[in-house]
Amino acid sequence: MLTLEGMEHQQDSFHLSASFSLETGTTTAVIGPSGGGKSTLLNCIAGFAKPRRGRVIWNGEELSALNPGERPISSVFQDNNLFPHMSCFENVAIGLRPSLRLTGDETAQVRTALIRVGLAELSDRKPAALSGGQQSRVALARVLVRQRPLLLLDEPFAALGPALRGEMLDLVAELAAVSRATLLMVTHDPSDAKRIAQQTIFVEAGKVHPPVATLDLFAAPPKALEQYLGVDQ
Amino acid sequence: MANRTQSIIRAWPGLVAAAVVVALTLGTLGAVALRSEGLGSLGPSDWAALRFTLIQAFLSAVISIVVAVPVARALARRQFVGRAALITLLGAPFILPVIVAVLGLLAVFGRNGLVSILFGWIGLAPVQLYGLHGVVLAHVFFNLPLATRLILQGWLSIPSERFRLAASLGLCARDVNRVFQRPMLREVLPGAFMLVFVICTTSFAVALTLGGGPRATTIELAIYQAFRFDFDLGHAAILALLQFAICALAALAMLWVQIPNASGVGLDRNIQRWDAQAGFHKIADIAWISIAAGFLLLPLGMIIWRGIAGLVDLPPQIFAAAGRSVLVALTSAALTIVLGLSLTFGVVGLRSRRVLAGSMESIGYLAIAASPLVIGVGLFILLFPIVNPVVIALPLTAVVNALMALPFVLRMLVPAVGQIESQFGRLADSLGLIGWARVSRLHLPRLRRPLGFSAGLAAALSMGDLGVIALFSDPDRATLPLQMYRLMAGYRMETAAGAALLLLILSLLLFWIFDRGGRVDVDA
Repeated sequence: MLTLEGMEHQQDSFHLSASFSLETGTTTAVIGPSGGGKSTLLNCIAGFAKPRRGRVIWNGEELSALNPGERPISSVFQDNNLFPHMSCFENVAIGLRPSLRLTGDETAQVRTALIRVGLAELSDRKPAALSGGQQSRVALARVLVRQRPLLLLDEPFAALGPALRGEMLDLVAELAAVSRATLLMVTHDPSDAKRIAQQTIFVEAGKVHPPVATLDLFAAPPKALEQYLGVDQ
Repeated sequence: MANRTQSIIRAWPGLVAAAVVVALTLGTLGAVALRSEGLGSLGPSDWAALRFTLIQAFLSAVISIVVAVPVARALARRQFVGRAALITLLGAPFILPVIVAVLGLLAVFGRNGLVSILFGWIGLAPVQLYGLHGVVLAHVFFNLPLATRLILQGWLSIPSERFRLAASLGLCARDVNRVFQRPMLREVLPGAFMLVFVICTTSFAVALTLGGGPRATTIELAIYQAFRFDFDLGHAAILALLQFAICALAALAMLWVQIPNASGVGLDRNIQRWDAQAGFHKIADIAWISIAAGFLLLPLGMIIWRGIAGLVDLPPQIFAAAGRSVLVALTSAALTIVLGLSLTFGVVGLRSRRVLAGSMESIGYLAIAASPLVIGVGLFILLFPIVNPVVIALPLTAVVNALMALPFVLRMLVPAVGQIESQFGRLADSLGLIGWARVSRLHLPRLRRPLGFSAGLAAALSMGDLGVIALFSDPDRATLPLQMYRLMAGYRMETAAGAALLLLILSLLLFWIFDRGGRVDVDA
């Protein structure tokens, strides 16, 4: 279980506070206006931002003292998820061994992961020779080999078209389900949340609302969320 | 930012490199100070040297900049075939061996040069290049392109949309001058002036070849003469202190004004312009560009023209000297890269401690204001009790050359590493990529281009250097530039021209090979 206990973050005049828990194995969407603090929330959990107060706890273990790489977390960012000078294979392998010196067993793991995301044929290519969707798949293959129990996605598919984005989300949901990973996903599109997230957290103006069942939330949105979504929704 | 229980990259290689640089710059200065005579021992000729140093540097800086302003403006607002090539050529004097350029300038402006021949046809006396005007001309040859590049950079930093806006508002050339050029020049010129001034106060080879005598001796040349001809170490030392004082004052002034960045990336970019389309603007611009191009190309052309004849029967000692020079250049390039990378990664590793990181970076730039001859005299004083410096003249040259190239290399590497960190730092952090793995898997592959360019620069600079080697060398350990200088001093101009062409080819080749090595097979 992921727990944020009285967490508060301050950056210049922007203040973010969060207190909530997520059950292991659940998928949660984070939605809200830009500049509201969605990415900051993820940065605090991943260790890229240092909260001023409160604790981030995973299964009873306090994470605050750990570097980003030491946390039980895989992150997929909006962009720059791949090193352009490395092949697909190396980009996945570096998630397993920063030195890239793999044992035979680990090499097999990387190959399996690339097969799982449907890129077995392209493993020697470099990112520049891949489409946007394929690049996302490489990042997901790396998530697979890292086997970290908590997965943070910060709108990684925002640049993809609607159909491709749906496909990617389904792949993420499938991978998370198989490895029983806990998934936290930032999005600005309600349909993303409805597609794979059982619950949704609404973030606006530095306030993180507790998670609510996704369908319930959008069926009867609170005032602020209604404003964000607009009248059509 | 993040909560770091460990540094992402170890800082100790950077600390070691910083210590080496401090020892070579400030340590040698300390040795010089201990050995120095009092200020009272400075005679009238020494004060004349001080005066000459400052006057020639001031004139060189003023002329370079006054000419660079219209040339840069013309390059900024004209598009023509060969523009990119010309802008690339503006970068060439940087890696051009000074002594080669001097020979080229002599072939154009010297007693037997093109200008004198032309004067002869119309019944005028031939010109000669030795003395103040020769020194200034050579310095302008080297620094006009630099100043032009700096000002062109200023033009390119103006967003192209502003020129579109200016055109839509109907601003004429004079308005553009007032609205864009004047504020830009106010920002760029003080730094450009200081940079050229400092370069000219420490330039030794130009003064050695075109100066001399009571009326055209710089301090650096006076150090050389006191050391080499009078064997007066105490006097050389006080002169070295004087030289250091000039450099230190200039360095302080450089802290005060903002030094523009001459990285030159994307300098050949075109900006679409709508102003200054009138005929006389065009003619003026064409004239400025032609003058600048001719001033650069004629001496270079003469080196090739006169060199080809001499190249075929070069004596064997020239090739031996060339071999030594290539070895020195390669060693120096390797040293520069090791020092530069160590300092750069030290700066990154210490970035949570800003003051420490900042001072480490500044140490790397110390060499900008350091004079090779001051370092050379200091090294002589320190090493003489242990080993005969003449025996290790070549390794010493490689070390001092590496130090001299270091500031330029750091200017390239530090921002490049900063950009890699800002782009991929988070990803690397999230993957636990720290220490050597981060350096070898993320930084080194992505730094290939700046590293190749830096190594090429360092090698070419060292290949053409005529500084410390002149202090220490004997005939058996001469480098190619020194051998060339001896040929010129002995009036063996044909052989010297051949050696110059060989030196030019080798310098450019070294630069090209390294730079090319950094470019091939690099992915976005």
